Amino acid sequence: MSSLMKKTNLNSKLNSSNKKTEVENPFYDPSLQKRHAHARRFKYFTMGSIIFAISFLVFFLGDMIVKGMPAFQQSYMLIDVTYNEKTIDSTRKAIDKKYRRIVSRAWLRDIPAMVEQDPSLMNTTQTSWVLVNHQVDQYMKGHYYKIKDKYLQTIKEKQAAGELELHFNTIFFTQGDSKIPENSGIKSAIIGSILTLIVTMVVAFPLGVMTAVYLEEFAHDNYWTQFIEVNINNLAAIPSILFGLLGLAVFINLFGVPRSSPLVGGLTLALMTLPIVIVSARAALRSVPDSIRQAGYGLGLTKIQVVQDHVLPLAFPGIMTGSIIGLSQAMGETAPLIIIGMIAFIPDSPDSIFQAATVMPAQIFTWAGMPERAYVERTAAGIMVLLSILISLNALAIYLRKKFEVNW
Amino acid sequence: MANTTKDKMTSQKEKSEENLKVKIRDLNLYYGDNHALHAINMDLYKNKITALIGPSGCGKSTFLRCLNRMNDLIRSVRVDGQVIIDEKNIYDKDVDEVAVRKRVGMVFQQPNPFPKSIYENVAYAPLKHGLIKKGHYCDDLVEKSLIQAGLWNEVKDKLKEPGTSLSGGQQQRLCIARTIAVQPDVILMDEPTSALDPISTEKIEALMLELKEKYTIIIVTHNMQQAGRVADYTAFFHLGDLIEYDETETIFINPTEKKTEDYITGRYG
Amino acid sequence: MKPFELKTRHSDLKEQFIRFLLFSAAAVSILTTFGVLFSILFEAIEFFQMRSFWYFITGTEWSPGVADSKFGALPIFSGTFIITFIALTVALPIGLGSAIFMSEYASFSLRDKLKPLLEILAGIPTVVYGFFAAITVAPAVVNFFQIFGIDASFNSALASGIVMGIMIIPVISSLSDDVIRAVPDSQRKASLALGMTKSETIKAIVLPSALPGIVSATLLGVSKALGETMIVVMAAGMRPNLSWNMLEDMTTVTVRIVDALVGDHEFNSPDTLSAFALGLVLFIVTLVLNIMSVALIRKFKEKYKVNTL
Ligand SMILES: Nc1ncnc2c1ncn2[C@@H]1O[C@H](COP(=O)(O)OP(=O)(O)O)[C@@H](O)[C@H]1O
Ligand SMILES: [Mg+2]
Repeated sequence: MSSLMKKTNLNSKLNSSNKKTEVENPFYDPSLQKRHAHARRFKYFTMGSIIFAISFLVFFLGDMIVKGMPAFQQSYMLIDVTYNEKTIDSTRKAIDKKYRRIVSRAWLRDIPAMVEQDPSLMNTTQTSWVLVNHQVDQYMKGHYYKIKDKYLQTIKEKQAAGELELHFNTIFFTQGDSKIPENSGIKSAIIGSILTLIVTMVVAFPLGVMTAVYLEEFAHDNYWTQFIEVNINNLAAIPSILFGLLGLAVFINLFGVPRSSPLVGGLTLALMTLPIVIVSARAALRSVPDSIRQAGYGLGLTKIQVVQDHVLPLAFPGIMTGSIIGLSQAMGETAPLIIIGMIAFIPDSPDSIFQAATVMPAQIFTWAGMPERAYVERTAAGIMVLLSILISLNALAIYLRKKFEVNW
Repeated sequence: MANTTKDKMTSQKEKSEENLKVKIRDLNLYYGDNHALHAINMDLYKNKITALIGPSGCGKSTFLRCLNRMNDLIRSVRVDGQVIIDEKNIYDKDVDEVAVRKRVGMVFQQPNPFPKSIYENVAYAPLKHGLIKKGHYCDDLVEKSLIQAGLWNEVKDKLKEPGTSLSGGQQQRLCIARTIAVQPDVILMDEPTSALDPISTEKIEALMLELKEKYTIIIVTHNMQQAGRVADYTAFFHLGDLIEYDETETIFINPTEKKTEDYITGRYG
Repeated sequence: MKPFELKTRHSDLKEQFIRFLLFSAAAVSILTTFGVLFSILFEAIEFFQMRSFWYFITGTEWSPGVADSKFGALPIFSGTFIITFIALTVALPIGLGSAIFMSEYASFSLRDKLKPLLEILAGIPTVVYGFFAAITVAPAVVNFFQIFGIDASFNSALASGIVMGIMIIPVISSLSDDVIRAVPDSQRKASLALGMTKSETIKAIVLPSALPGIVSATLLGVSKALGETMIVVMAAGMRPNLSWNMLEDMTTVTVRIVDALVGDHEFNSPDTLSAFALGLVLFIVTLVLNIMSVALIRKFKEKYKVNTL
């Protein structure tokens, strides 16, 4: 189409220099050239808009990956470690003096636990890979670092000898938060997220589905129903942070639910997820054809039996799809959880929904505010983990929708 | 009897080369793999009304859209052959389809006024084409077009009201006014009265007969009586073929082809 | 032999009970909206019993946590307004342009690919945008203006506004796309048949018809920008700053709410309760925007008799 237009213009140009053809073409109109140019510019503008939006997305994801990838590796150094009474008492002494400012404090701190786990280590000297601190790690990754020259010398020697290497970072997935950058991981945040979302779903799913069933199958179209509808609509548009205020004022201050706990977080998120579940469940119920209901009544079933045994099972995949989307939104939510204290420093994973916990986005927020350079890559890596989970959830929702899509 | 002969003679004269407005030569059209028009050859005459009839889906609308290149808007369409208007093939590379549509106006089956005022409906295209400037001249053109479309007396006091507030028949006449405001040579009408009541239909038919003094009109119709009432020439299409094309009278009274006769006498369609 | 099974009292009760249960569930959704409103309202009233309402909406000094604390929220409102304005300046042309491209120029299959891609932008958690704004965009803004010898703050309103704008692109593009596609094709055809170019048709016919929907989408976008928290908490400033300069740091309603409630303040102090006063303003403004947006869409739906929106 545009190539055709180009040719047309080219020809019109030729025509204007050639009086004879101009006369022959009764459709020649010089003013059109300008209008076509304008039309083309407009089209390019709209094309540019969407290209901008999508290249932003690509740039943004790329930026996160570039920033986050290094966090999946961590530097380790091969040195001699001595295990005996003295070194368990004062763990610094377990290693050669010249390595003391290189090895991670967190690793040294763990020596007594290691011996306890494996008593055969006692009174031996082992050559093993030990975790180094974050400055050395940053040096290994080619980032900015702050290391004294005398240690740098040792580091370079070790590196040349192949005794200082980057390994896969298991700590990131097996540890909770830590003030020591190289020892911090996302595990307790993941567990916090799971506990919180369980609470959210246990509350929002039945409540949302029941509301939807009531509105679609039982309610008459009266003032009441419309009022409920308007409310659900408004609920979906309330800024998320205000739910935090609600959680703080009602759940924590009024009902005394423990602050920072997955329980209060889950309840707060449930209120936000509710409208999403309701809207998608209603759409799913509406897509079940009336003939199914009629058939049920024809068999002499009551309304509730029809809904329970015939309508709901058919609407179920649609309801699931909507709920998963609601879940993934709740999973990325941060603002209301900050208000109810879910940004506490949580090194250990919570065991119950009453203990203080943090969630993935809140962990990302906390790390983003840390001054050490090592936390930047952890933040980005946390984002990568979070986005991967969200993308998987959404892919699951799309898969469910496609799989159970029925054209009545 | 003598009368008919005389008519025949004048029409022979009118059918001369100089009164030719549109020549269609070997026109084929494909929607993807669907060959919808088969090698159509046809001459359309100045200041005449030509009716296109035929059963649904035979390609009348498709053919009509070829005459102002509206088919270009459908992605799957491929056209070959020639549509020659004023000695120029409008499918030539150096012809701009926008310029073609300016000179070959179109009125649709469903009245589709813009959701703007009556005045703006008429003034919109001439202003954009730069035919006139806003103000006095524009008012004149709007008035003239509405008078020509036989709508002026009904709307002159409410030009600011939305075009969609008019009745169906009035809307269709507004669409005609909007088309003639651009001062085209040819007006295409695709079943312009099929969505209207009989009284509005009558008005539009009367209007067509007036308009043919100035324009070449091609109309698709499902209504045989309508073709009989307004058209000078009638073409019968069937499954993408032009079966027969002649003076309306001939087609209705004495068709050459069996298929035409069957259709006219209501055996199908 | 009984011709019909008699209705038992038991099954009747059960039906009634289930109905009641379902109704209660529906009532919860209302309770929640009112719960949000009242929980904020009561605390806000408590705040205004301690501090002047008039000074709150007109005062220019916001200094909590000191002996002689002042709560004039005007600089906070102005910061919120400016950042939202920047966001809209980014999102409206790009969102609308994208919507026009998808609905008017792209083929069906291309559109089916583009739309979900844009909606990914809406699915990214805001904390992620916040990190991006703070770590990538803010320094870029500073470096860019350095070229011209202009100093920009690392917490500039511009950086958070731009990123917020990108976040609301899909809010605007998605709804606008639906609305533009709902404009009847007959109007496009009528315009093109008059010899109008495609862009003339879009601008003079399609967009005016779709306008209520586009305005509605924009209001939703504004509402979203006003309530957005993480981006501004992470990338905008804390300092209430009554200024028009987009390169300075500014604070917003949501930032101050977070600031007032994080940390160990006594709950019933004006410092903490000021968050609820700000929350009340935010609630009312976003509610009004949402109601307006819904009303406009309803008008559009009635006009074109579409119910797919
Ligand atoms: N936009 C289109 N895309 C594909 N095929 C079409 C399109 N419009 C019409 N056709 C096909 O072309 C043939 C002629 O249609 P049409 O010109 O609308 O017939 P008529 O107007 O005589 O009823 C039909 O077989 C129809 O299916
Ligand atoms: Mg037709």
